[in-house]
Amino acid sequence: MADILKLGNHEFTSRFILGSGKYSLDLIKAAVENAGAQIITLALRRAATGNVANILDYIPKGVTLLPNTSGARNAEEAVRIARLAREVGCGDFIKIECIRDSKYLLPDNYETAKATEILAKEGFVVMPYMYPDLNAARDMANAGAACIMPLGAPIGTNKGLCTKDFIKILIDEIDLPVIVDAGIGRPSQACEAMEMGAAAVMANTAIATAGDVPAMAEAFKKAIEAGRAAYLAGPGRVLDKGASASSPLTGFLAD
Amino acid sequence: MITVCGKELEGLEGRTIVEMLKELGYKNTYIAVEMNGEILKRENYSSTVLKENDRLEVVNFVGGG
Repeated sequence: MADILKLGNHEFTSRFILGSGKYSLDLIKAAVENAGAQIITLALRRAATGNVANILDYIPKGVTLLPNTSGARNAEEAVRIARLAREVGCGDFIKIECIRDSKYLLPDNYETAKATEILAKEGFVVMPYMYPDLNAARDMANAGAACIMPLGAPIGTNKGLCTKDFIKILIDEIDLPVIVDAGIGRPSQACEAMEMGAAAVMANTAIATAGDVPAMAEAFKKAIEAGRAAYLAGPGRVLDKGASASSPLTGFLAD
Repeated sequence: MITVCGKELEGLEGRTIVEMLKELGYKNTYIAVEMNGEILKRENYSSTVLKENDRLEVVNFVGGG
């Protein structure tokens, strides 16, 4: 049976959501292909005039576009950006970011839930970026979110799964895909998130700041696939004390 | 005077959205236009005429996470 990630009414086989920020347009196609990504995030900004390249011309056809609401400081601004993004004409997906803390870029869960409710009612597939708080995650679910996207560490830090225990709680308690977003810096961290039962991992800076962008995209792909396979296989138990021999305890030569 | 993406511009009154986009050098694909806080439907770009004090935003996608 195929292992499907379902978001709204859309189905995906890749569990790696790739960001498109902070690297050259020329590398996007190779990064997407090496990542095997079926979803790529974008930002909405004032358009430039003149003969400037459009990022959409560099993204392979068939890849689902996930615009974010970066720049929004509250629900009202996020809703405005989401509606404009939909008007550009590339689908109904929206990643909500409501951030009013410019030092640590931590999301405002309350404003995010408000925006989620408004946009879900308007038919968006709403993917809220959030601080991993169980009560807020329930609010997102009740507001109609298609998944939740808790942060592993502050955006762009490559610090990894700093919030691991709290993301675990969300995976246990929330009946929606939990997609770890932000802060994941290494394939090993992405793999660990997937082993825990995360539905997917989103990464941008880890790829964008790597020495070789397409190669790192591929490394993440493999790590995410390995972590997913391990989760489905059911990781073995951990012994707190002592040891458990892997070889037979009989038939020693000295017997 | 008409404000487009925060820039105050003279001489655009009476132009349609399509004409304004062309004159200022915007591409007419993969954009969204907001006029006085309301999203303009693409099918209305050629029939919407700019008037004094209109405020417009022209947006598109860029790389982001």
